[in-house]
Amino acid sequence: MDPLEIARWQFGITTVYHFVMVPLTLGLGPLVAIMQTMWVRTGNERYLRMTKFWGKLYVINFIMGVATGIVQEFQFGMAWSEYSRFVGDVFGAPLAMEGLLAFFFESTFLGLWIFGWDRLPKKLHLATLWIAVAGSIVSAFFIIVANSWMQHPVGVELVDGRPVMTDIWAVLTNNTALAAYSHTLMGALAVGAAFLVGISWYQLWQRRRDGIDSVDARGRVVVGESPSIPGRDRLDHSVWIRSLRIGAVVAILGFGGVAITGDVQAKLMFEQQPMKMAAAEGACEDTTAFSIFAVGDLGSRNCEDVMTIISIPGALSFLAHGDFDTEIQGINSLIPIYQELYGTNLPDDPLLGERAGAEIQYVPIMEVTYWGFRLMIGFGALAAAFAALALWLTRKGTVPRPKWMMVVALLSIAAPFGANIAGWVFTEMGRQPFVVAPNPTPGGVDGVFMFTAAAVSPGVNGFEIVFSLVSLGLVYLALMVVEATLIVKFVRAGIAGVMPELAAEHDADGTDGTDQGRKDDVLAFAY
Amino acid sequence: MDVLPTIWFIAIAALWVGYLILEGFDLGVGMHLLTTTRDEKQRRLMLNTIGPVWDGNEVWLLTAGAGTFAAFPLWYASLFSSLYIPLTIVLLGLIFRAVAIEYRGKGSTDRWRRWWDRAFGLGSFTAAFGVGAALALTTTGLPINENGDRVGGPFAWLTVYAVIGGLAVVGFCYVQAAAFLGLKTVGTVRDRSRRILVRWSPLLLLPIVAWVLIVQFQSGDWVSWALVVLAVVAVVFAWVSARAGREGRAFTGVAAFLALGAASIFTAVYPVVLPSSIDRAYDLTVSNASSGDYTLMVMTIVTAIGLPLVLLYQGWSYWVFRRRLGEHHIPDAHEVEPAIGSAAR
Ligand code: HDD
Ligand code: HEM
Ligand code: HEM
Repeated sequence: MDPLEIARWQFGITTVYHFVMVPLTLGLGPLVAIMQTMWVRTGNERYLRMTKFWGKLYVINFIMGVATGIVQEFQFGMAWSEYSRFVGDVFGAPLAMEGLLAFFFESTFLGLWIFGWDRLPKKLHLATLWIAVAGSIVSAFFIIVANSWMQHPVGVELVDGRPVMTDIWAVLTNNTALAAYSHTLMGALAVGAAFLVGISWYQLWQRRRDGIDSVDARGRVVVGESPSIPGRDRLDHSVWIRSLRIGAVVAILGFGGVAITGDVQAKLMFEQQPMKMAAAEGACEDTTAFSIFAVGDLGSRNCEDVMTIISIPGALSFLAHGDFDTEIQGINSLIPIYQELYGTNLPDDPLLGERAGAEIQYVPIMEVTYWGFRLMIGFGALAAAFAALALWLTRKGTVPRPKWMMVVALLSIAAPFGANIAGWVFTEMGRQPFVVAPNPTPGGVDGVFMFTAAAVSPGVNGFEIVFSLVSLGLVYLALMVVEATLIVKFVRAGIAGVMPELAAEHDADGTDGTDQGRKDDVLAFAY
Repeated sequence: MDVLPTIWFIAIAALWVGYLILEGFDLGVGMHLLTTTRDEKQRRLMLNTIGPVWDGNEVWLLTAGAGTFAAFPLWYASLFSSLYIPLTIVLLGLIFRAVAIEYRGKGSTDRWRRWWDRAFGLGSFTAAFGVGAALALTTTGLPINENGDRVGGPFAWLTVYAVIGGLAVVGFCYVQAAAFLGLKTVGTVRDRSRRILVRWSPLLLLPIVAWVLIVQFQSGDWVSWALVVLAVVAVVFAWVSARAGREGRAFTGVAAFLALGAASIFTAVYPVVLPSSIDRAYDLTVSNASSGDYTLMVMTIVTAIGLPLVLLYQGWSYWVFRRRLGEHHIPDAHEVEPAIGSAAR
């Protein structure tokens, strides 16, 4: 059992898993906060219902983000001790700032929000949600700063073979971080928005299927009310149609934002990690063309085996430089440059175990970089296209009848998640063989880079990492099922599931007449 | 003397103390759930006393970890990698309890709730035990070599010190939770908690006393011994107050006992942060394990701004939820039914 390979799998799996919850938290949070703001400002119950419903799903998801985030915080020291020793001077600081300046806000104020319904004054209660959401957004900033330093180390000097921070400001304003941060936030918005669209579509479809809503001769919605289903009143319709249309607009804006910021990232990447971009293109030779579809054995890492079938001449140059004819360096020109700068073999260090002195493979796995890049853009575009379509199809106030369209709407929720995951896998695996990529731009410091092979904990053996991989993996799998089940349950219950008073009122003026109205004193949202 | 590393040693110690005092009672509530009652309303009452605050308490742990990474990367790397297996188990425990508290009320069957209660209780227990073991080991030593890597295999950490430390934190959490529940509830839960505190705390706090004494005999000086004496005063005060039904004082006393006991330990071990049981020449100390002065300066400024803020708003959140809770505050569970037409059911 090779500890390095297992440790990489374990880090990749747990981190990707964490990042399934993260974009939903980041994307849905501000949307719920806006809904509650609308409620406080207008007093319109529609917004109260929106807040309660989406807020419930937000909390269900948030908790999984917390549970999986704790693992992230500990992992660096557990499995990557050499890495932690090497980077600690720089890397620990943003992590600690994240705890002090973001996680405390996030968790404390979310607790106040969840339990503060009916207890805090309305505006103060709203403020607690905004602060919690701001906490998430700030936390994302610090963690991206840490990650971007690994992509593009700045603000340090080399002392005794280790980077020592000299300029925190440079670390915090690393251009890589600013670009990646805005890109990630936009990607998260796309996730939150697609979530609104898919689920609202399902609700509207359900109303039509139950014969509550119908359409008139001109296709416009005729909103109805169901006497037998709790919560299915007229207002219910407006909750869903409003959620759907807000979601669709945000999804489109989010995609626009991702495209703009992604373009900035791509331009930086050509300077900062040229090999990553060349590998993302499967480009052996210097070229100007952006490949759209390629075949061949990309996994072989031998770019002669890759054949590009469709490509757009000039597009790659445009991505990198903003013009159409600057040639981009291909893999074959880059390898000798890398070998010259960073060596051909790993050092003969006993800490590296069997890998000591091994030849360095500078080309990342092309299958992953090539398709990671394209899946990211493709899934994102798919989600945005669906959102645009949804906007058009619901212009008369409800969704079409066919069931398959509802299924497509629900599936469309997955697309931006896929784009996010693909984006990270591309970013992280494209950086290989480095865990801290060297900085070749003028601000870079010689010697500040680290090979992934040298980062793993020397004292930890394969068994230990397998133990954590298997146990965490199984628990994560089980919890994924639980989370999904709960979300489905609350989605199927609609508004009445999160506002039991609706069901109670319903019973009261319906059948038995016993109003079990809630005692003033009981806790809202109690566990 | 290394001024900044020393400040950070104190800061890390303070973060651990903050963590143990605050999360102490919510971990302990998990264990009370396992051991004190099967009554559904009472269990929910106990969970709701920590409902708004437990996540904020847990962040103290994250910040203690991240703070160690930032200020003493070599300590962080050696300790965490040496304790790979126990920390994995701590993580599993923390995952289970986070999910359990949030999800238990969202199902409707008894089985569902029983499972999550167990997950919450056992998760709390393992997390407390593991954290205690890790802290005890960083004060008593691990077999680390000159690079700071553990030798002797995955279970080299499993010593009597680890067990004492684990039991110490478990026992403390149980007592702390009894004090907290006595303070925050009315009715059956309050009475029972106070009884538990009076009857069991002398026994449950023994392991922590053992740990303190081990460290004192190993490397104590007069300052650390003085702190031990103060800790004893605090715990006697707590016990007497509990007997007299003064719950606020009892809680304060238990918290002060922990703070002083931990202070005596940290004072005694200073400046060593992780002793090597192979060769004292490989010890990690505040000077050879710390980050550079620039980083420490930055972190000091950030902490000087951030930590008082944290104390302020966490304090405020405790104030908002200051009322004692009783079983009558707990709403009846309601079933979550699909909102679909009868034709489709
Ligand atoms: C772009 C955003 C982003 C990224 C790349 C990461 N996280 Fe994360 N993390 C968040 C954004 C986030 C968040 C949105 O703030 C979360 C998700 C749900 C939540 O509770 O907060 C969170 C939760 C969260 C928590 C729990 C906080 C709590 O108890 O309230 C920890 C300890 C971490 N994360 C740590 C990490 C580490 C060490 C990462 C690096 C590998 C990481 N996260 C990647
Ligand atoms: C949340 C989004 C992230 C995802 C999905 C992600 C994904 C991955 C993946 C897939 C790997 C494995 C690479 C390989 O085996 O080739 C990896 C490695 C790694 N990533 Fe990330 N990453 C994320 C964020 C971060 C952040 C924010 C940091 C730092 C703060 C980070 C630090 C690392 C480290 C230390 C490794 C281990 C070394 C390696 O195998 O490359 N990652 N990550
Ligand atoms: C529209 C075209 C897009 C372009 C041109 C683009 C560009 C990029 C580039 C160049 C990177 C790699 C940065 C690096 O390795 O340094 C990246 C990463 C990433 N992308 Fe995209 N992207 C696009 C769409 C999307 C979409 C739709 C999503 C998600 C909804 C997304 C989510 C991500 C994520 C999460 C990462 C990894 C984190 C980061 O480095 O920011 N991207 N993107």
